[in-house]
Amino acid sequence: MAENGDKAGPEPSNRVVIGVTFGNSNSSIAYTVDDKAEVIANEDGDRQIPTVLSYADGDEYYGAQAKAFLVRNPNNTVAYFRDFLGQDFKSIDPTHCHAAAHPQEAEGTVSFTIKDKGSEEDASTVSVPEISVRFLRRLFGAASDYLGKKVTSAVISVPTNFSEKQREALVKAAKEAEVEVLQLISDPVAAVLAYDARPEAEVKDKIIVVADLGGTRSDVAVVASRGGMYTVLATAHDYDFAGVHLDNALIEYFAKEFIKKHETDPRSNPRSLAKLRAESEATKKALSLGTNAQFSVESLADGYDFSVTINRIRYEMVGRKVFEGFNRLVEGVIKKAGLDVLDVDEVIMCGGTSHTPRIANNFRGIFPETTTILAPATSTVAINPSELQARGAALQASLIQEYEAEDIEQSTHPAVTTVKHISNAIGVTTVGPDGEAFTPVMAAETAVPARRTVHIPAPKEGGDVLIKVVEGGTHIKVTKPEPKEKEEKDEDDSDFDSDEEEEETREKIWKIGSALAEAAIKGVKAGSKVEVTINVAADLSVIVTAREVGGKGGVRGNLRAP
Amino acid sequence: MASVATVTLPLPVLPEGWTGEKDFKALGQLSSAVERSIEPVGPHFLAHARRARHRRTFSEDDRIQAQEKAKNVEEVDDGEISEPEDPMMLQREAKDWKTQDHYKILGLSKYRHKATEDQIKKAHRKKVLKHHPDKKAAQGRTDDDQFFKCIQKACDILLDPIKRRQFDSVDEEADVDPPTKKEQKSGNYYKLWSKVFKAEGRFSKTHPVPTFGDVNSTQEHVEEFYNFWYNFDSWRTFEYLDEDVPDDNENRDQKRHVERKNANARKKKKAEDNARLRKLLDDASAGDERIKKFRQEANAKKNAKRIAKEKAEKEAEEAAKAQAQREAEAKAAEAEKAKADKNASKKAKEDAKNAAKKNKRVLKGSVKDANYFAGAGEASAAQIDSVLGDVDLVQGKIDNEELASLAGKLNGLKVADEIKGVWSGEVKRLVDAGKLKDGDVKTLA
Repeated sequence: MAENGDKAGPEPSNRVVIGVTFGNSNSSIAYTVDDKAEVIANEDGDRQIPTVLSYADGDEYYGAQAKAFLVRNPNNTVAYFRDFLGQDFKSIDPTHCHAAAHPQEAEGTVSFTIKDKGSEEDASTVSVPEISVRFLRRLFGAASDYLGKKVTSAVISVPTNFSEKQREALVKAAKEAEVEVLQLISDPVAAVLAYDARPEAEVKDKIIVVADLGGTRSDVAVVASRGGMYTVLATAHDYDFAGVHLDNALIEYFAKEFIKKHETDPRSNPRSLAKLRAESEATKKALSLGTNAQFSVESLADGYDFSVTINRIRYEMVGRKVFEGFNRLVEGVIKKAGLDVLDVDEVIMCGGTSHTPRIANNFRGIFPETTTILAPATSTVAINPSELQARGAALQASLIQEYEAEDIEQSTHPAVTTVKHISNAIGVTTVGPDGEAFTPVMAAETAVPARRTVHIPAPKEGGDVLIKVVEGGTHIKVTKPEPKEKEEKDEDDSDFDSDEEEEETREKIWKIGSALAEAAIKGVKAGSKVEVTINVAADLSVIVTAREVGGKGGVRGNLRAP
Repeated sequence: MASVATVTLPLPVLPEGWTGEKDFKALGQLSSAVERSIEPVGPHFLAHARRARHRRTFSEDDRIQAQEKAKNVEEVDDGEISEPEDPMMLQREAKDWKTQDHYKILGLSKYRHKATEDQIKKAHRKKVLKHHPDKKAAQGRTDDDQFFKCIQKACDILLDPIKRRQFDSVDEEADVDPPTKKEQKSGNYYKLWSKVFKAEGRFSKTHPVPTFGDVNSTQEHVEEFYNFWYNFDSWRTFEYLDEDVPDDNENRDQKRHVERKNANARKKKKAEDNARLRKLLDDASAGDERIKKFRQEANAKKNAKRIAKEKAEKEAEEAAKAQAQREAEAKAAEAEKAKADKNASKKAKEDAKNAAKKNKRVLKGSVKDANYFAGAGEASAAQIDSVLGDVDLVQGKIDNEELASLAGKLNGLKVADEIKGVWSGEVKRLVDAGKLKDGDVKTLA
């Protein structure tokens, strides 16, 4: 993935690296200081920089300034062009560009016709790659200004469904903007990395759902994190439930309110619509923070000013359809991965729309209590969802900045990244309250080679113990109606909503599968523990080592590769 | 990766009669696996990639990583400052701080201007730990804080960028003396001068400073070097050597006087320093074989051009000359030939004339021998006249060859009849040829 290209990049020691999220609606830039990622604010003080370029009288504006021009100068304002990069005209969706410069087909590529030279000049045709170069140049420029050093290299995060062609186009655009792309990483993994790189985070085996709810698209991915290595199990991409659809719901609502008062439809006039849209978006953002927000536009249509207050409940009603869409999207992708909500340990919400409390609360309802929902509304330790990907990219950039471009390329080569993942969990049998129980040591979907170590207490009285290594028969969801004998505390017990009417309890129970090996440790002292290490090699051969913690010797045995 | 999970549930007891070779019994194999792509992101992936690419197992990799880490720690230790302390230095008085070598005090004399702020801080801390007055007091040496004050002063100056520059400017320990004539001849010319300019380069405002290079350096490199150094932009200042300005408020004039003196002294020293650097450069360039080499090469190139031009000119000239000569020769030869031809024709003409004259004489002689065909008696004057007139007539009618052949026929004939016969034959031939009319020459017919 590391594109070296024809011109060699700067020496690893001279690199100034940043992480970049080049989004369809907003972009962010971040850098690392003392192993902590920080998002850089541009000249206007924005950390989320709208991916918009605008031209007025030969001047180029970008970010929030350019976005403001959507009202006054939409024809020379280019927005929502990221997804067009590397695509041909047939396969693009120009819906969102309706209120800005319209994409056109020119010489087989997508282009915009804008007056970018000055007022007297004729409009010129600028292709999407060229627009991207210009925008990236401004982004990198803002980062260089902030850091005081010329940015030489970057890690850019892209959606998981970015095609090879789109990736190439992006790398080329970055290179034209005089920045070497060290690596392109996928959005969900960047978000996971941002959380996992916190100093308090510990490496655990977990299943993470990353819900990236953006402005024009929502991407949900199920990621298995195994010993700090990430495997994407399933992804879903949705263009029908995203931030703009919430905006549209608000536009509709406010337009109707306006019609009630003034009997004229502000949506019939492009300029009024642009004002309405801009203010609706601002109101939406305000409602993510407070319970009330003021919607007020001067001279919205026919010279009438319009001002109205909306509370969060109303907003949630207005946007209910979209909110439910997000729920279905997340549920769908979990199913696609062949998992259950009970399997999910963490939900990371990122993207601007994730600020909305309702969405996080809805997710809270879907997932069991043991699942952490990392969103500002449900978790105090959550990182700003808009900044996650840029931070992840910056962290990755700082990790690989000392590597030669060639090393990066070799390390990201499919020969290294494509490995076997065990399909069943491996564990040992222990004595549970109901007899033999399975204790997982290595979870399913762990990439091999892998090594896990557990400490298991010996029986109270000590003596000889049996270590039986088994495959964890695929976990089974046991569904029971409520009025049955109470299960003792197990992995998950979801007793939320239990005071409502009868609801079934769903649990995850391990079933012991085929036996792999048995080992005996003799003469274990009372109260001590046994350390079991399971080491699966790349060819699926297994080495089991067991010894008493603090003791000498121990047992070691091999299982042949299948 | 190496973290250990702890489980709450206990292990089962070994059943009676369980046996296994070395207490281990393999029962099965892992079920099949799924091939998936892991995301090439994060520190743990990098570890995985490292293991995969170097084909290391977990324990090998752990060991190598641990070693590398340990090495790093050692290197940091090595980097720390452990210079032997000169006992004389420990006796220094703090009030003489102007003359002290701050780097040496902190044990940084091998780093000098290259010492980083971090190094200075560390060195300072180390020295403080060792020389703090309270520690001396513990050894029973109260009031022994002079060297500690020296340390504090050194740290004071070296951690203040402005003061440190002022000190670095006059830090003679960091200077490298230019090589002597003798040293220069020893063959280390470039190495020795390199050191000098490297040391001088510390005063440069612009970086990087071009290196002196070696005997094989390119002309551009050498030119860049000398251009840089002849236009050297130095931050060197001489404030450190200022005389102390009295800071009492009483004597303002004195104060100003000292300040002026200092300013002048600085200016003078700066000028001297510039002159020194210039001389250094002049010396270096004077002995620089590379410059000579380049000059020679340039000359050779220029000469080569000139010589080639001259040669071409000469060749052209010679060619022209040769051409001219050839032309002249050809002309001369032609003239000669023409002259010879002329002479030859003249002679032939003369010869012919002579021969004709002679033949005519023969003809006239023949008629005289024949006694003008008068028979035995004396020929009458009229007879002679008419015969001679006829002879002349015949002579006029025939050309030189016929004349010669006629003369040949007549030559030696003495008998009048025979002569007459020849003549009449001749006349007859002429008449036949239409040159004479019958009866024109009656006397000879």
